[in-house]
Amino acid sequence: MPATNVSKAEREQSHSQPSRVFDLAEHSLRELNQALHKLAPGSNETAWEVLHPRGSHSVAVGVDQPVSIDVRGSVGYYCGGMNDGAAITVHGSAGPGVGENMMSGQIVIKGDASQYAGATGKGGLLVIEGNASSRCGISMKGIDIVVHGNIGHMSAFMAQSGNLVVLGDAGDALGDSIYEARLFVRGKVESLGADCIAKEMRPEHIELLQGLLDRAGATGVKASEFKRYGSARKLYNFNIDNADAY
Amino acid sequence: MTYRNPPTTPRKSATFDDYTLSEIRRAAATGIYDIRGAGAKRKLPHFDDLLFLGASISRYPLEGYRERCDTSVVLGSRHAKKPIELKIPITIAGMSFGSLSGPAKEALGRGATLSGTSTTTGDGGMTEEERGHSKQLVYQYLPSRYGMNPRDLRRADAIEVVVGQGAKPGGGGMLLGQKISDRVAEMRTLPKGIDQRSASRHPDWTGPDDLEIKILELREITDWEKPIYVKVGGARPYYDTALAVKAGADVVVVDGMQGGTAATQEVFIENVGQPTLACIRPAVQALQDLGMHRKVQLIVSGGIRNGADVAKALALGVDAVSIGTAALVALGDNDPRWEAEYNALGSTAGAYDDWHEGRDPAGITTQDPELMKRVDPIAAGRRLANYLKVMTLEAQTIARACGKNSLHNLEPEDLVALTIEAAAMAGVPLAGTNWIPGKNGF
Repeated sequence: MPATNVSKAEREQSHSQPSRVFDLAEHSLRELNQALHKLAPGSNETAWEVLHPRGSHSVAVGVDQPVSIDVRGSVGYYCGGMNDGAAITVHGSAGPGVGENMMSGQIVIKGDASQYAGATGKGGLLVIEGNASSRCGISMKGIDIVVHGNIGHMSAFMAQSGNLVVLGDAGDALGDSIYEARLFVRGKVESLGADCIAKEMRPEHIELLQGLLDRAGATGVKASEFKRYGSARKLYNFNIDNADAY
Repeated sequence: MTYRNPPTTPRKSATFDDYTLSEIRRAAATGIYDIRGAGAKRKLPHFDDLLFLGASISRYPLEGYRERCDTSVVLGSRHAKKPIELKIPITIAGMSFGSLSGPAKEALGRGATLSGTSTTTGDGGMTEEERGHSKQLVYQYLPSRYGMNPRDLRRADAIEVVVGQGAKPGGGGMLLGQKISDRVAEMRTLPKGIDQRSASRHPDWTGPDDLEIKILELREITDWEKPIYVKVGGARPYYDTALAVKAGADVVVVDGMQGGTAATQEVFIENVGQPTLACIRPAVQALQDLGMHRKVQLIVSGGIRNGADVAKALALGVDAVSIGTAALVALGDNDPRWEAEYNALGSTAGAYDDWHEGRDPAGITTQDPELMKRVDPIAAGRRLANYLKVMTLEAQTIARACGKNSLHNLEPEDLVALTIEAAAMAGVPLAGTNWIPGKNGF
């Protein structure tokens, strides 16, 4: 969504107090990130708006305060990287590695996300309202990821912990070499990767999934429509008889 | 007395030697490749194959105990607001908590700090004991991202993006179940007791153009304060160095095949990668071709043992060296005092390399609470500091003999090689000749 479509009045209406507007057409990326890093705990600059991102890499990385950041347009690589507490909304699409290594907080992508969305994330919630490309949730370590559309191949590769929820379909080799992460897919799974198997949906999984769907704004979708996938735990310790699995 | 024909002496095959035969039998019995720690053990062209010329009529020496010979080095001055300033050009290489015990990591930090140099985390995150005891700590950014977080990134003094290591260029980390204790499992978000095999590629970038963007992200997160190193195994040192510089590195670390690992396949250690000596000149050449020599610093590691090795590496154009295996030996690794216990493990002091098993008698490569008590971090740190001091004095001794008032003024012209191989690799003349193999077309 081009920033020019959002009037100042509209912006001010959407928050209890005026946003601090940061225009990347006028200021550098470094200025933006340093301004965000300088925020002290309890700062009253709790709402930020970034205009004209125009595919910039590393927008709003390493933020460690609970502020809201609305990015009006599409971003390049690593938007919200290592986010620790901020609520970032990208009103556009995101390039590779959005929310990589997120610690806490929330990132919402209104459009699509490229490869490695949420890679190695330790916590927080990443919502992709469109589709996500390959390797979504690769090596995830506690993050929750909800994708309203489809995800590409090799997603949740070596996923260690956390939850990946996909309302659409998943590509080839889902959950290859997965550890203890939980995968919930509503649509078709092209194929499962090594040591990833379908698992029973028990009441605690339904409850967990419903909570994630609610938090991700996925209305009209029931947890019971999903299948759960996880580790068969056969490759946790090396056994020569499993060598063909690699 | 009956006559017997003279017997031939039983002859063992040079190809099928005792080690090879034992490995075939071991493989046949177990069905799994041999895993071990440390670096390449085969004989390789090395710094021993180089000699310094010293001073003579054309060069005059400096007085050994009177004239100053500078040893300091600044790393990361290219982009970082806060470069690292070291008193000596010898740093401690990355070794993980998990692979090493907590007391061993603390000892490395103490020894490095006493010596005015830096130490480095590893594939397992930053521990309080090593942050607390290391004045200058380099935080490794690895494919696994175990324990990676922005708080530790910001309290590091430099960041090292690890692309590869000399023992296994193209291989990922490995930590077997015996060493995945509760604390290690928690730091790595892994189930206790599993055989951890880390990824060999970074999860969110591939290739030099992505690396440039990744480095930008790390700089943005840390407000352009920290030096960013890029570490590669000794695979293609010319191109890897050039691409690291292009991607924005402040420091390039090149680790030759003698560089150690906590654990990997023996076949990988001995057959993939190049010797340290073969990596230096191509890496220096890449920096010179880009006009970045001495602007982007070069650290070389893999088989550095004494001050002569340090001086030779610096003479070939590197800015600093890094030690891992040698530092562990200074802490007490492979000490003959534990010989009976090494024997019980089927090894002997000096050969023990089953570091992945977590039963290290010296208490260094273990997570066993009883064994790790054998490392007194204060005493072991002191030993490391002593050893670093000796290496530095040795390197200064050589530099003064060559007439240099700084270790960094040593140059290739101070060296000759004892073998044709070393002459070709180091780009210095074969001793007694003016022949540098490969130069001038022959």
